[in-house]
Amino acid sequence: MSESVKISIKDFSFYYEEQPALLHINMEIPSNKIFSIFGPARSGKTTLLKSLNRLTDLIFGVRHTGTILLDGRDIYDEKHSVTQLRRRVGMVFDLPTPLPISIFDNIAYGPRLNGITQKKRLNEIVEKALRSAVLWEEVKDRLHTSALRLSGGQQQRLCIARVLALEPEVLLLDEPCSGLDPISTANIEETLLQLKKDYTIVLVPHNIQQASRVADRTAFLLNGELIEEGPTYEIFTRPKDKRTEDYVTGRFG
Amino acid sequence: MRFYQSRYLTQGLAKILIWVASLFSIAVMILILIQILSEGIPVISLNFLLDHPRSMGREGGIFSTIIGTAALTGLAIIFATPLGVGTAIFLREYTRESRVSRIIRFGTDCLAGIPSIIFGLFGFIFFVIYLNLGWSILSGGLTLASMILPTIICTAEEAIKAIPYSYREVSYSLGGTKWQTITRTILPNALPGIFTGVILSVGRSIGETAAVILTAGSSLVMPTSIFSPIRTMAVHFYILAREGVSMEMAYGTGAVLIIMVLLVNTIANLLLNRYIRQRT
Repeated sequence: MSESVKISIKDFSFYYEEQPALLHINMEIPSNKIFSIFGPARSGKTTLLKSLNRLTDLIFGVRHTGTILLDGRDIYDEKHSVTQLRRRVGMVFDLPTPLPISIFDNIAYGPRLNGITQKKRLNEIVEKALRSAVLWEEVKDRLHTSALRLSGGQQQRLCIARVLALEPEVLLLDEPCSGLDPISTANIEETLLQLKKDYTIVLVPHNIQQASRVADRTAFLLNGELIEEGPTYEIFTRPKDKRTEDYVTGRFG
Repeated sequence: MRFYQSRYLTQGLAKILIWVASLFSIAVMILILIQILSEGIPVISLNFLLDHPRSMGREGGIFSTIIGTAALTGLAIIFATPLGVGTAIFLREYTRESRVSRIIRFGTDCLAGIPSIIFGLFGFIFFVIYLNLGWSILSGGLTLASMILPTIICTAEEAIKAIPYSYREVSYSLGGTKWQTITRTILPNALPGIFTGVILSVGRSIGETAAVILTAGSSLVMPTSIFSPIRTMAVHFYILAREGVSMEMAYGTGAVLIIMVLLVNTIANLLLNRYIRQRT
């Protein structure tokens, strides 16, 4: 059961105007694991991540071929609502993106979109989400101050909490530690390891070391192509492909 | 050596010119204020504010014109704000840069440059005569609304444009629909900018004369509904001064007009600063 497939990507290609960003990706992402996608800049990591909850829809002039299945159902199927998909597949961006409202309102933003307005229910959701993101103790006395006054690391954990408040099934994290110091990074990695009990996590790591610290499985992308995918340990110690080996050992990148 | 000297000379000259320019602008503004206020403030009393004008405005107060100004400005803002903000949202969130959006933008830019008397003429022909609304608060309000619409569209569009893309992305990624994203993220963040446009428009509406005479009339009778004709303070001032009714009363009216505009601006700024402080 723990090895069940959450997301399958089937022959998925993605184009900006006519510029290909992803080419014929085939990949299976298992439930309740941390799955990392790494590769050099412009290798298509973010595009792949944003395709998983269709945030790429917001960009004009893009198209895709192939498909992505979530729990065996096509996410591009016209019959499924995009907003429902995005609630199930939450995303944390590479830079902290608190909205300029209070900490409480940031976390409650998603649940309120869903029509939850009861004060008591919202209080519970906010507390639970902040505890899961290991931020509660630091902010419980100032929930109604602006989220912009938090430090960078706290803001990023706030963004994680904001996604968790929707109780999604999948968490997409796009270099969530890119702007953070080592201590905040360690905090967030700790949080991720705790979260994988309940969530499927897809992580674009901030560097190779981060992938090796937290990821169960890892995929290596290069110029929009999937070079190889497997258990993290094997990718880093016995890569099958020469290009993976070169990148992992720092010969390019 | 000479090169360096000329550079410093240019620098010094530029500084002097810029200082002169700003001092001159401020001086003009202060002179106008002193002129109107020193002549006008002695005329202002509680009776002046709360009495109706008598004998063509030679005696009594200006109460009905204050009411007229407030009604006309209020109506113009009520009509123009939703239309203008709606257009701005359409331009930024519902359409990309395209032929349609360029035509709308070109149209509003042109509209902004048209003299107000032309709006007055349009209002007179269309609202007063064709729609048979007569000289009334409604005709005047609609005319002023069309006049301030470009300002509101333009400032609202700028305000919406300034919102980071990441805010939209966050709202959509949390499962927001387009409408939810607009009402819960875009509008609250654009509010200070929209507000600035509305306040500018209030100032223009309060001071407008030409378009108002042609569409709202110049009746001194207290209005009873939006179909009544009225006289605004600006029109009152114009008629008092132009027809030599009473320069004293004209200055009094002018002073009240200026104080009202200053008050509106001050209060608006206070409210705006409080709103911005709450969010950061």
